[in-house]
Amino acid sequence: MNSLFRIYAIFSKELTQLRRDKMTFGMVIMIPLIQLLMFGYAINTNVRHIPVGVVDYSQTGLSRVLIQTISATQVVKFTHHYVNAQQAEAAIARAEVRAVLVIPKDVSQRLVRHRTVGLASPPSSDEETSRPVAQWIVDGSDTMIAAGIKSLRNMPLAELLSKPANRNIPTFEIALLYNPEQRSAVNIVPGLVAVILTMTMIMFTSGAIVRERERGNLEMLITTPVRPIELMLGKIIPYIFVGVVQVVIILGLGNIVFNVPVNGGLWQLSGAILLFITASLTLGLVLSTIAKNQLQSTQMTIFVLLPSILLSGFVFPYEGMPEVAQYIAEALPATHFVRLIRGVVLRDVEIIDMTFDVYWLALFTLAGLMVASLRFKKNLD
Amino acid sequence: MSQYVIQASKLSRDFGDLKAIQDLDLEVEKGRIYGFLGPNGCGKTTAIRMLTGLLKPSSGEVHVLGLELPKDAEKLRLHIGYMTQKFSLYDDLTVKENLQFIAKIYGLSGQNQKRRIDELLHIYRLEQSKNQLAGSMSGGQRQRLGLSAAVLHKPELLFLDEPTSAVDPESRREFWEQLFDLSDQGTSILVSTHYMDEAERCHKLAILESGVKRADGSPEELMQQMGAHVVEIASSNIRQLKQNLMQLPDVISAAQLGARLRILVKDSVADPLALLTQQGGIDSTANLSIVRPSLEDVFVTCTGEERV
Ligand SMILES: Nc1ncnc2c1ncn2[C@@H]1O[C@H](COP(=O)(O)OP(=O)(O)OP(=O)(O)O)[C@@H](O)[C@H]1O
Ligand SMILES: [Mg+2]
Repeated sequence: MNSLFRIYAIFSKELTQLRRDKMTFGMVIMIPLIQLLMFGYAINTNVRHIPVGVVDYSQTGLSRVLIQTISATQVVKFTHHYVNAQQAEAAIARAEVRAVLVIPKDVSQRLVRHRTVGLASPPSSDEETSRPVAQWIVDGSDTMIAAGIKSLRNMPLAELLSKPANRNIPTFEIALLYNPEQRSAVNIVPGLVAVILTMTMIMFTSGAIVRERERGNLEMLITTPVRPIELMLGKIIPYIFVGVVQVVIILGLGNIVFNVPVNGGLWQLSGAILLFITASLTLGLVLSTIAKNQLQSTQMTIFVLLPSILLSGFVFPYEGMPEVAQYIAEALPATHFVRLIRGVVLRDVEIIDMTFDVYWLALFTLAGLMVASLRFKKNLD
Repeated sequence: MSQYVIQASKLSRDFGDLKAIQDLDLEVEKGRIYGFLGPNGCGKTTAIRMLTGLLKPSSGEVHVLGLELPKDAEKLRLHIGYMTQKFSLYDDLTVKENLQFIAKIYGLSGQNQKRRIDELLHIYRLEQSKNQLAGSMSGGQRQRLGLSAAVLHKPELLFLDEPTSAVDPESRREFWEQLFDLSDQGTSILVSTHYMDEAERCHKLAILESGVKRADGSPEELMQQMGAHVVEIASSNIRQLKQNLMQLPDVISAAQLGARLRILVKDSVADPLALLTQQGGIDSTANLSIVRPSLEDVFVTCTGEERV
């Protein structure tokens, strides 16, 4: 009973201080807002309108039609003409264009013999027929750009000669669930909840104990009968509300601006979010008991934040990471939460079906609370 | 419980090579105001922190309110109040919010909480500023807030670490009135200071220097038992005279007070007046007299510090 009362004392004190701290209060709102817009618009794995140049050795009507057909795909935009391949490569080197299309002199002949245009089964021994129509010289350093250009490799050219397209039967049919239009935002926005919560939750609490120490309040606080665990709980509870507000901003705006659906139920969503918020807050508290001053606590926050962004599956798929990175990722609460939140928001799963991640986050929170309370000594030694 | 609220023996605390407190023996009686007098860095704060269970002694034993420290530090917290040297309440909370916080921490709720806080606001004249942020208050107001927070839960024993270092003489006088009120109501108080006039108000005091207790007792005892004679000389050319007298091996110190010189002479000297007139080169117009020692004289004698 007294214990609850002391937790309430710390809680309401923190809340009042938070309310007075205009800077922090502003960050609660601005961080999710700005990050959402930044990531939502900037991260786009479907690259479009890549600036490219052309070297046209043939100078025929056909080559101009070819250029138009390629432009129509919107993958590239032709911005420059070059006289020869050397000039084109120099242009790529100085990043004037990202790729150059080199159209050979004999483009017309190559085209009529090309298999995609519909010459029925050309003799495979015939060297002539297997030659491509033209060549792309690409700045291959950016794999995303390169992949964009590569996607043009097998583009249909039938309409170029007003011939019916070659019926190309794919080996596999692919049914894209959950994100049929393949919009990046659908994957990014739920993941962003993890990144922003990691950032703000750890940032707010990692300073919590250090601040009391730096401002000289600690000596008073430890002379009172308040217990470490009460102090820790009192300090994280206000931020649970803060975290919830941020999630509402991200998912709400994500829905309105980027049209990201929220398919899961409210209870499932709340469950996943609470698990992660408390895990991040206790992680922050643990850091706070380690740090000697606020600068150190900020450094530690960044130390946790970077792997949380890069390894959690937010940017790169977990499955594609090397084994060591996967181990590190498993240790981060963000990884487990990215799985949970994508599951709930996009695929409408029940969190209870993702037992491993749920238990992991719950245990992490309990362990964190214990470590922070044990590390917090009620003396000045 | 015994008559002593604090009993310490051979209490020591080191910080690395530095001996902040050495072999401190202490007995503080119940219901008394006990003073720690000493210059900056002599170990007052360190001693208080050990007595409140915030620092572990390197060696020695302490019992506070019959509880053994640091083992029972947690039990002790309910019964002591501690006003730290540096203001340790929250700058970004108002006076009232700070008091409400402390009240809740000690489990005071509802009407009880309200009544106690109103009472404290009244006693410590904080009614006007109750909605002011603590960070924006004057030194005197902060000090009153600090004291009211320390006594909110009516502790039996109160520790005050240099409570008046940031306030004017008028506020200091008022503050001491409040301490006497508390003492009257049965609260035992341990207060540290580096002001002589404050030390003189204590029932008993200990003089600390570089972590060592040089003397203790009531101010009167200390003055009586002081190992020196005090002589005041009224004379012209005091600066020169001071130089001369300081050369004498039996003179402990010489301090100028306006047109007079206050000399401490070792009490092994049987006739200090004769010594001074014969060896000090004092001219006949000078007026010498033996005076009653002050606490400052005691302090100078036992710490061997130069008086300026
Ligand atoms: N945590 C610490 N680590 C190292 N040295 C310390 C520590 N705390 C105090 N000291 C040293 O111990 C000595 C006594 O310090 P203390 O603060 O107790 O003095 P004080 O009498 O309270 O001084 P003041 O009047 O300035 O408050 C000083 O030399 C100080 O530098
Ligand atoms: Mg001190």
